[in-house]
Amino acid sequence: MNYEPVIGLEIHVELKTKSGMFCGCPADHFGKKPNTATCPVCLGLPGALPVPNKKAVEWTIMLGLALGSEIAKVSKFDRKHYFYPDLPKGYQISQYDQPIARGGKIGDVRIHRVHLEEDTGKLQHATIDGKKVTLVDFNRSGVPLVEIVTEPDIHSAEEAREFLKKLHRIVRFLGISDADMEKGSMRLEPNISLRPVGQHELPKYKVEVKNINSFRFAVAAINYEIERHARILDEGKIPAQETRGWDEARGATVSQRSKEEAADYRYFPEPDIPPMRFTKDQISNIKGQIGELPDAKKGRFVRVYGLPEKDAAILTDTRELADYFEACVKIGRIPAQKLANWIINKKVNIDDVLPAALILSILKAQEVVDVPPDLIAKVLADNPKAMSDYKAGKQQSLMFLMGTVKRQLPKGDVKIILDMLKKELDTH
Amino acid sequence: MKFNTLTLSQAVEKLKAKAISHAELYHDIYEAIAEKNGELNIYLSIDDDALKKAQKLLDTPLAGIPIAVKDNFLTSGLPVTAATKLLEGYVPHYESTVTKKLKEAGGVVLGKTNMDAWAHGASTETSDFGTTKNPRNTKYSPGGSSGGSAASVAANLCVAAIGTETAGSIRQPASWCGVVGLKPTYGRVSRYGVIAMASSTDSPGPIGKTVEDCAMIFNHIAGKDPFDGTTVPKPVPDYTNNLKKGVKGMKMGICYMDHPKITGTDVAHAIEKAGKVFEELGAHVDIVPMSRVLQPGKVFIPDYAIGVYTVVQRSEVSSNLARYDGIRYGNDRSIFSHEAQNRIMLGTFTLTKGYADRYYVHAQQVRTLYRKNYSNLFTTYDLLLSTPSPGYALPIGASSGDPLFGELQDILVEPSSLAGITGISIPCWIDAKTNLTLGLNIMADQWQEEKVLQAAYAFEQATDWNPWVKS
Repeated sequence: MNYEPVIGLEIHVELKTKSGMFCGCPADHFGKKPNTATCPVCLGLPGALPVPNKKAVEWTIMLGLALGSEIAKVSKFDRKHYFYPDLPKGYQISQYDQPIARGGKIGDVRIHRVHLEEDTGKLQHATIDGKKVTLVDFNRSGVPLVEIVTEPDIHSAEEAREFLKKLHRIVRFLGISDADMEKGSMRLEPNISLRPVGQHELPKYKVEVKNINSFRFAVAAINYEIERHARILDEGKIPAQETRGWDEARGATVSQRSKEEAADYRYFPEPDIPPMRFTKDQISNIKGQIGELPDAKKGRFVRVYGLPEKDAAILTDTRELADYFEACVKIGRIPAQKLANWIINKKVNIDDVLPAALILSILKAQEVVDVPPDLIAKVLADNPKAMSDYKAGKQQSLMFLMGTVKRQLPKGDVKIILDMLKKELDTH
Repeated sequence: MKFNTLTLSQAVEKLKAKAISHAELYHDIYEAIAEKNGELNIYLSIDDDALKKAQKLLDTPLAGIPIAVKDNFLTSGLPVTAATKLLEGYVPHYESTVTKKLKEAGGVVLGKTNMDAWAHGASTETSDFGTTKNPRNTKYSPGGSSGGSAASVAANLCVAAIGTETAGSIRQPASWCGVVGLKPTYGRVSRYGVIAMASSTDSPGPIGKTVEDCAMIFNHIAGKDPFDGTTVPKPVPDYTNNLKKGVKGMKMGICYMDHPKITGTDVAHAIEKAGKVFEELGAHVDIVPMSRVLQPGKVFIPDYAIGVYTVVQRSEVSSNLARYDGIRYGNDRSIFSHEAQNRIMLGTFTLTKGYADRYYVHAQQVRTLYRKNYSNLFTTYDLLLSTPSPGYALPIGASSGDPLFGELQDILVEPSSLAGITGISIPCWIDAKTNLTLGLNIMADQWQEEKVLQAAYAFEQATDWNPWVKS
C-alpha cells in the first residue's frame, strides 16, 4: 500500500542569555567543569525560589513574532512533575496551557506553539573504582530553553530538514541562540506516523524520536521510522505508540518508553512565579528589535543587488555574512555581483578580513591582470624548444612557459598568462 | 530581675543605654534555656557563639538581641531540618532573606525552634524530634506549626522569634502560648530560603512579646526581595510610627460569632469583650453575619475553606517535597513521616489528570470567591475581628489519629490565608484554672499591616492580658 508520512517536530533551543532561566548562573555551560556553574536555585536546594529571566521571556516573544505567532496577553509558568536524577526539584518549570506564543508558520508548516522552560542537568555514566556509577552535572540545569512545536504538516524527511534549516537560520539571525547542534543547544524530536495516501484524518498512533542532535540524524531517523511503520502497516498491524531514541551506531531507532508508561506530569501553575502580562507597547518594542529575517533579506539581495537566487541564499545564511557583504557593497568601487563571487568563491574569512581590506585586495588583484605582452614575447623568444614542443602537441611545455612567465611576474594572473601565451603561440 | 524577661524594645533600649550588657542578657537567656529547654523541647539547635556575635552589634537597630528562628529557615552555620529526620544533619550553605535582613539589622540567630515536620500540623506533634510543650501549662500543646517559636517567646528563652504561617501557623500558636504573632500579607516578606510548605500561602512573620516588638522586627524583614518573585515592590513604612494613633473612627466587624464552633464559647465571650474595648476606644464595631453565598455585608462561611485549603496546600506540598528524591541529603523517601506521606499522596491525587479539574482547579475557583469576599468586606470595614483558633490550647496528644486536625484548628483563619490578607493574634483572655490563653485575631486587607498593628497596640495598652505590657 502507498502511505503518506505525517510528521510533526518538537525543537528545543537553548537561549544564549547571560544568566539562567530562573537564577544568576551563567547560561553558557558548554565545556565547563561539572557543577561549577550552579547555585541554590538551579540545584533545587530547599527554600530556593525561581525568578524568571526577563531577557529569555523577551527573546521567546521575539521568536514568536518572527514565526508570525500570536503572542499571549497573559502567560504563566507551570510545574511539570517527573522524577529523574537530572531534575533536581522533581519538577521542571515549563509552560502548560498558556504558552508565550501560539500559531505562526515557516513556509507551509504551521507552528502549534512556542513556550519557555528550563533545561535539566546532564547525566554521565562512568566507572569509578571498578563500580559503574551515574554522575550528575547540574551546570546545564536551569538554562533557558525554548520549545517550538509544529503542527503535523510535514510529509517527508526532506521537508523536515528544510523546515529545520529555516528555523535554525531564523534563530541564529535573531541572535537568541547559537543553535549549535554539536553542543546540544538545538535538539530535535520528530514525531512520525503514516496514513494511506488520500486519507485526511490523522493516524491513530504516533511515534516520537527523542533528542536528535543533527539534521542528518533527523532525516535518517524519520526515514527509518517511515520504512518500519510501512512494514508493520503492510502486515495489517498498527505500530505501537511509543517514544524511541536514535542509535547512530546501528543506524536505527530503538524503543525507550511505551504509551502505557507515559507519565502524568501533574501540571499546575508555578506558585513561585506570578503570571506575566504583556502590553502592546512591550510587544511592539520587541518587534522593532527583530530586523530583517533571512527570507526577506534574500529577496532583497536578489532585487536590489541583482544577485542570482543561489548566491543570495548563501550570503544570507548568517546575519554576519550578510552584514559583511553589505558593508563591502557600501564601500563601493566593486560591483555587487563581483563582490558576491569573490566572497563566495574565495571563501573569505569574514572574521579576519575587514571589508575595506577585502576591497583593497580585490582591487590589487585586478591590477596584476596587466601582463605586459613584451614579457610574453620575450619568454617565447628565449624558449624556442618549448615552442616547437607545444606545436608538436606537448601540452606540458605550455605549463613550462607559463611557469617561466610567472617567475618573472609572480602576481600575474595564471588564466590571463595562459590565454596570452596560447594566443601568441597560435599566431606563430 | 532576670533580663531574659525583657521585651525587644526594652532590651534594645537598655543595651544602647549600657544599662545592661550583652553578656548579662545572654547569660540569663542561656540559663533559662538550660533550665527549661529539656522539658519544653523548644530548640532543635542553638548557636553557642551568639553572644560573641551580639557584642559587635551594639550600634545596629536591633543592637544584637537574640532571636529564635523556626527551623524551616536556612541560616548559615546552623543545621536546618524542618523538624524532619529526612534533613537531619543538613547544614545549608546559603542564608534565607529574612535571617539575612535580620542579621544586617543587628539581630542574632540564637537557635532554631521545633515545629511540625515540614510545617505539617498545628501542634508540633508531627515533629520527628518530639513535641514541644506549652510553657503556660506543660500538659498542653503550644500549637503549631510555629509552636517552638511561640513557646520560646512565652518561656522567655529568646527576646523575639520568627515563624511562618500558611494558615494559622503563626497566629494559632501565638494565641495558645499567650504571645503576639503577626501574619503578614502574602508577598510582603520574602520566602527565599524558607523550606516551602504551600508556596502560594506561606508567609514568614514575627512572633514577639508585644505588638511593638513585632512591629520592630517586621520593619526589618518586610519588603521586595529580588530572590522572591512573589514579593511586591511596595515601600516599607516604619511600622512603629503609627502604633499610638489609636482606633478612633475605625470600622470593625466581628466575624464568625454565628459559627457553631464559636457560638456560646469562651472565645465568643472574649471577642465580644474585645469589641467592647474597641468601642470604648472610639471604634465602630458591629457583627458581620455569615452567608453560604457571596453577599454584600456578610462574611463567606469559612467551612468551604477546609476543602479549598486542603486541596491547594496538599497539591503544593506534593510538588514541593518532590525534590527530596533520595539522591541528595542522604535519606530516601521512605523516611517521610506518616503525615508527609499522607499529604504527598493526597496532593498527587488532586493534581492527577482527570482529577485536577475536579479538585485543584475547583479549589482555586472557590479561593477566588474568598478573595472577592474579603475585598468586598474591606470596602465597609477597616478591620475584621475573629479568633485564630476555636478555643484554648489542646492537651498534648489531641492531634493524634486525626488527619485533618490542623485544618479543623485553622478553619477560622484559612479563608484569610487563602485570600493572602494580614492578621495579628494578641492575648485577649486567660483561663484562670488552666492558665491558658485565647487570642484575638485582628485582620485587615492586603498591605494594611499598619492598621492591624495600630489596633492591636491600642488593645494591648487598654487591657491587662499581656503580662509584658506595663501600663
